[in-house]
Amino acid sequence: MAWIRALGPYRWATGRLRGWGVTGRTAVTSVPYLWLLLFFFVPFLIVLKISVSGIRLGMPPYDPLVTWAAAQVMDLRINMANYSFLWEDALYRNAYLNSLLVAGVSTVLCLLIGYPMAYGIVRTKPSMRNLLLLLVMLPFWTSFLLRVYAWIGILKNNGLINNLLMSMGVIDEPIVMLQTNFAVYLGIVYSYLPFMVLPLYTAIEKLDLSLLEAASDLGCRPTKAFFTITVPLTMTGIVAGCMLVFIPAVGEFVIPALLGAPDSLMIGRVLWEEFFNNRDWPIASAVAIAMLLLLVFPIMILQRVQGKQMESHR
Amino acid sequence: MNQRRSFFVLTMMAFGFAFLYIPILSLIVYSFNESRLVTVWAGFSTKWYVALFHNEAVLTAARLSLKIATLNATGATILGTLAGLALARFGRFRGRAPLSAMVTAPLVMPEVITGLSLLLLFVAMEQAIGWPAGRGFTTITIAHITFSMSYVTVVVQSRLATLDESLEEAAMDLGARPAKVFFLITLPIILPAILAGWLLAFTLSWDDLVISSFVSGPGSSTLPILIFSKVRLGVSPDINALATILVLIVTTGIITAGIFMQRQQKRRERDVQQALAANL
Repeated sequence: MAWIRALGPYRWATGRLRGWGVTGRTAVTSVPYLWLLLFFFVPFLIVLKISVSGIRLGMPPYDPLVTWAAAQVMDLRINMANYSFLWEDALYRNAYLNSLLVAGVSTVLCLLIGYPMAYGIVRTKPSMRNLLLLLVMLPFWTSFLLRVYAWIGILKNNGLINNLLMSMGVIDEPIVMLQTNFAVYLGIVYSYLPFMVLPLYTAIEKLDLSLLEAASDLGCRPTKAFFTITVPLTMTGIVAGCMLVFIPAVGEFVIPALLGAPDSLMIGRVLWEEFFNNRDWPIASAVAIAMLLLLVFPIMILQRVQGKQMESHR
Repeated sequence: MNQRRSFFVLTMMAFGFAFLYIPILSLIVYSFNESRLVTVWAGFSTKWYVALFHNEAVLTAARLSLKIATLNATGATILGTLAGLALARFGRFRGRAPLSAMVTAPLVMPEVITGLSLLLLFVAMEQAIGWPAGRGFTTITIAHITFSMSYVTVVVQSRLATLDESLEEAAMDLGARPAKVFFLITLPIILPAILAGWLLAFTLSWDDLVISSFVSGPGSSTLPILIFSKVRLGVSPDINALATILVLIVTTGIITAGIFMQRQQKRRERDVQQALAANL
């Protein structure tokens, strides 16, 4: 490499680049930066643009925002009809509220199951701990779709649970579980549980046990110590875990599509159907922007918490 | 650390792990079922595996998914490592906040939004500059790199955050250029994290249904798209067989990687001890 550096053109080029403020660092930063700008940020602007366009037949199926009426007359049409339609139609409102409800309840359930699990894993012997953590992560590495699919076989009318209960004589007729809200909750809790356990584990692991010992020496009951010491000190893990479950659960499509009733609406499924079945791109875009507005606040909380965790590593 | 764990915590752990694993076990058990009715046991059989390997549609989709996942993992690892390096090592440079935001957002962004927005971008680009012409392999790969590079970034960034900077600083003090420091010092140390990131990106791409559905075109069905269209019609035993094979591959992969990393860790600890002993 040294001989390249001795060449005139190399010196000229690097000198020029430095002159423009381009260094190795800028090069390292700009590649992922430009990629994300083009494929993550710009697409949002396009979604925003299409959400205020009218629908039309043809490809692409939306009106242009800017047309040239005459040589120097720019005609900019911002069509808010899609948003007022979302606001007025009870279907979309219910879908939003239902998604928030399902995601919220599932998050609480994940926390209630995940916290004792994470706590238990921290308290096992170090040799066992890695194995248990691996067992928490393993489902995450296997196909999400197939794990949701597995529940169909378990929940359906002649599925595992109903067959078992009927053969034991507990019930005479199968309990309808598939295509109910219950199945959607179950599917979401099941799929997102690892996302709850892992940040909780990280937070609980850092907990200084001598604090709990001190509390119990001073006569504090374990339950009280748990709520006044353990919970506040592991709050970053709790918040991170809850956001990691809540945010994707709001927009979940696969679980309600496979396990939910056809009329149980979640906003991710509404977006999918507007796009693929009705081919209404402007409405689908408006649904996406409205969903994003709901999620901006939770996403900001998550970024703050993760920033804190990253800093506490140092 | 070895405190008495309450009965409650143990019960919840047992319940939690049972909850995580019973569905996977039921998939595996019923893949060996003779009967077409997936949940009625009619004797042991491997005929669904045979059927699977003669299903040309499944094999084609699997090959496409494999190609996309490999290319995606490599691209995402390169971009993610660069981003992780910038975020962990370059201090508070200009544009750090937007980069950090754009890296974390795809981690939690509902997939329907990412998928829709990327498709709209590809359509707009095709109209404006004629590329990418149509949708398929290229667009799916670009979409996958975009969301999975975030995961690589997080893995690499948190590895670098726990890594002592003094080694890199020492090399710089001795006159090594930044690029040389990276390739000789930083890269070998964070290599396990980079490999983990590659595997993660591979799996994410291999499993993705929603984003692929938005940005795929006719004739470019990935394996999850094919599975989803079959599963919507109900349970079928050859999907169970496919699931079993995938679970088996992932489990062996993870266990091998786990053993490999544990060995490396042990070797590193031994090296450190020997180095300390030699210097005393």
